[in-house]
Amino acid sequence: MPRINSAAELEELRKSILAQKDPDKPCIAICAGASCLGLGNDKVISAFEEELRKQSLEAKVDIRATGCHGFCEKGPSVVIYPEEICYLQVTPADVPEIIAQTVIGKKVIDRLIYTDPNTGAKVAQQSEIPFYKNQTRLLIGNSPKINPKNIDDYLAMGGYAALAKALFEMSPQEVLGEIKLANLRGRGGGGFPAGSKWETARNAPGEEKYVIVNAHEGEPGAFMDRALFTGNPHLVLEGLIIGAYTIGSGQGFIYTRHDTPVLRENIDLALAQAKEYGLLGDNILGSGFDFNVEVHLDVGIFVSGESSALMRSIEGKAPEPRPKYIRTSVSGVWDRPTNLNNVETWANVPQIINQGSQWYSSIGTERSKGTKLISLSGNICNSGVVEVPMGTSLKDIVYDFGGGIPNGKQLKAVHFGGPMGGSIPASLIDNPLDFDVLTKLGASLGAGDMLVLDEDICMVDLARFFLEFLSGESCGKCVPCREGIRQMLKILTNISTGKGKEGDIELLEDLAEVVSEAALCSLGRSVAKPLLSMLKYFRDEFEAHIKEKRCPALYCTRS
Amino acid sequence: MSKIILIIDGKEVEANEGMTILQAAQSVGIVIPTLCHHELLEPYGGCRLCTVEAEVRGRTKLVAACLYPVEKDLIVRTKSQQVDKIRKMILELLLAHAPDSRELQDLAKEYGADKNRFGKEPSFCIHCGLCVRYCAEVTKKNAICFIDKGTTREISFIPEIAAKECWNCKECFSLCPTEALQAAFVLAQALAFPAPTE
Repeated sequence: MPRINSAAELEELRKSILAQKDPDKPCIAICAGASCLGLGNDKVISAFEEELRKQSLEAKVDIRATGCHGFCEKGPSVVIYPEEICYLQVTPADVPEIIAQTVIGKKVIDRLIYTDPNTGAKVAQQSEIPFYKNQTRLLIGNSPKINPKNIDDYLAMGGYAALAKALFEMSPQEVLGEIKLANLRGRGGGGFPAGSKWETARNAPGEEKYVIVNAHEGEPGAFMDRALFTGNPHLVLEGLIIGAYTIGSGQGFIYTRHDTPVLRENIDLALAQAKEYGLLGDNILGSGFDFNVEVHLDVGIFVSGESSALMRSIEGKAPEPRPKYIRTSVSGVWDRPTNLNNVETWANVPQIINQGSQWYSSIGTERSKGTKLISLSGNICNSGVVEVPMGTSLKDIVYDFGGGIPNGKQLKAVHFGGPMGGSIPASLIDNPLDFDVLTKLGASLGAGDMLVLDEDICMVDLARFFLEFLSGESCGKCVPCREGIRQMLKILTNISTGKGKEGDIELLEDLAEVVSEAALCSLGRSVAKPLLSMLKYFRDEFEAHIKEKRCPALYCTRS
Repeated sequence: MSKIILIIDGKEVEANEGMTILQAAQSVGIVIPTLCHHELLEPYGGCRLCTVEAEVRGRTKLVAACLYPVEKDLIVRTKSQQVDKIRKMILELLLAHAPDSRELQDLAKEYGADKNRFGKEPSFCIHCGLCVRYCAEVTKKNAICFIDKGTTREISFIPEIAAKECWNCKECFSLCPTEALQAAFVLAQALAFPAPTE
């Protein structure tokens, strides 16, 4: 790989990569996202490789294992380019037929394409499948089209143009201005304006500053960050480098999970390849700007995704949060100014620089801009990763993209934000996807994990489940969180097993109040949120368990 | 070092930059209850008993006095209905583990905490971390540490270190607000030096 020393050389390289690509050459894009791999797509990949070898087609047909396409429910998924024919639920046995019929014969295999469950209509092209058709896939849309292990694919899509623009045409102050005007808000759960955070870190005194990608994604039900990061690591990296240039940081960290080996591999490759091209390291693109990135793995506890705990973990200490009376943007890792953003937040940066804040802020609602990745799971027909503009109604997400509730059941609620989020009852799902609207309803958007609940779900049991999860995932340092979780879990376990008593709900509310006000960190202050939202909208279910020893959802059989 | 004027319980208090609310209050004799605080140790913020109301530019927050740095125009209320409610519940939660602790009982009397509000789970330890931090920060032996996380977190002596260091030290014993520490030590001793079988 040649080292690139200027913006002009980057464009030349891009041209030479594009010149080598024949747009008409068949390419088999096989989803190697976590879900499709789990469903056996690694065997499908090997079957394609073997079949191409057998037929001596290796030179005539490209094959690439890509990141998550999004439609996890119908995986393993395979797309044949240039026609963009999408085959679902593919098995190794289908491979010879796909090569003979579609790759060579250019014919569509009817039984493998999408069939609308209501109308029976068949759809061959991936972008025409209803699940994909009305999404706005600004972030994840390129994932089927690139090999995450090859930087050239990202460059062919216009990658690193935003970095070159920022470095050579804009001052750090101007980049910051664009991010602020775009009103990009943090995608990790807080919804805090990224521009303000960057500005605080930029203005904080100190020579050494750090930038961090929070790729911990520990919430049960959240899988959009790993989908995006595994499938398109350079998008996140480009955003991070632009952020580092803006803030004046020479060192970045990517904090991710110890249990996602494919993601780790793709990140390591991305860093190495970016470095070889001179997009990372010393004197990036000949601009004089130096920036390096280190990968740091978690120690397998939910609270290590909390920003101050994460920073202690990077320092090599136990991931225990510290109070943020002095913000981490001023005093973070080793007491130096540290700017942390989530994977999806960083991934939004290149497009804002490329297309401008005005374009970006035209998408979304008044105070929530851009698109949002949603991981859809639970009692939903189309589980998977969806990308929609902010402001899309929750109802559209459940019914249009999600395809509704399976088995003829009724929707009961949607739950956002996992163990630190809240539930919204079916009667309120006309509300839009919006940071502030959801917060007002008592269910913060969280990282964008939407758990769909049907009528058979017992809210008492769900509240108990989240607290049970948290009882092992809190660090246990402060009394309100550790002891509050212990007692709330005990009371809820009693209620769900028919041992609830008069006064339990009031005691739960007292506990929830104290935990939310007095706990040390943002995790502790949020652990009672699911319970509070369920008491707000489903109080009668708690009462039925206690007073009538009855579970209205017929789930808690012992009550 | 520049001086900062703040108000604690209606009283004007002069403090040095870098001081915490707790230090500023103590300097003028205002008492804020604490369990995990010790002046020889780094502030910890674990027990949350020192929670106070801090008003900055019209906005009131509940903060831990042992950690919150003093700042200009800060108004602190060390007692309020909300603060007392939090302290009462923290004490009740801890009394479920260590109902006989004298220190907890005295505080319980002051805040009207009911030691039977929550079901008893006598583990004795209230996770104040005084022993762990004293051993790490003052004697620098690290003979005792926290193990596990969440609701199963506990203190544990490290037998290899404890066998060498603890017998002649035991400085942490007097810091323990309950009897958990000595019990843990006896256990470590028993495990490290089992009595010879006949």
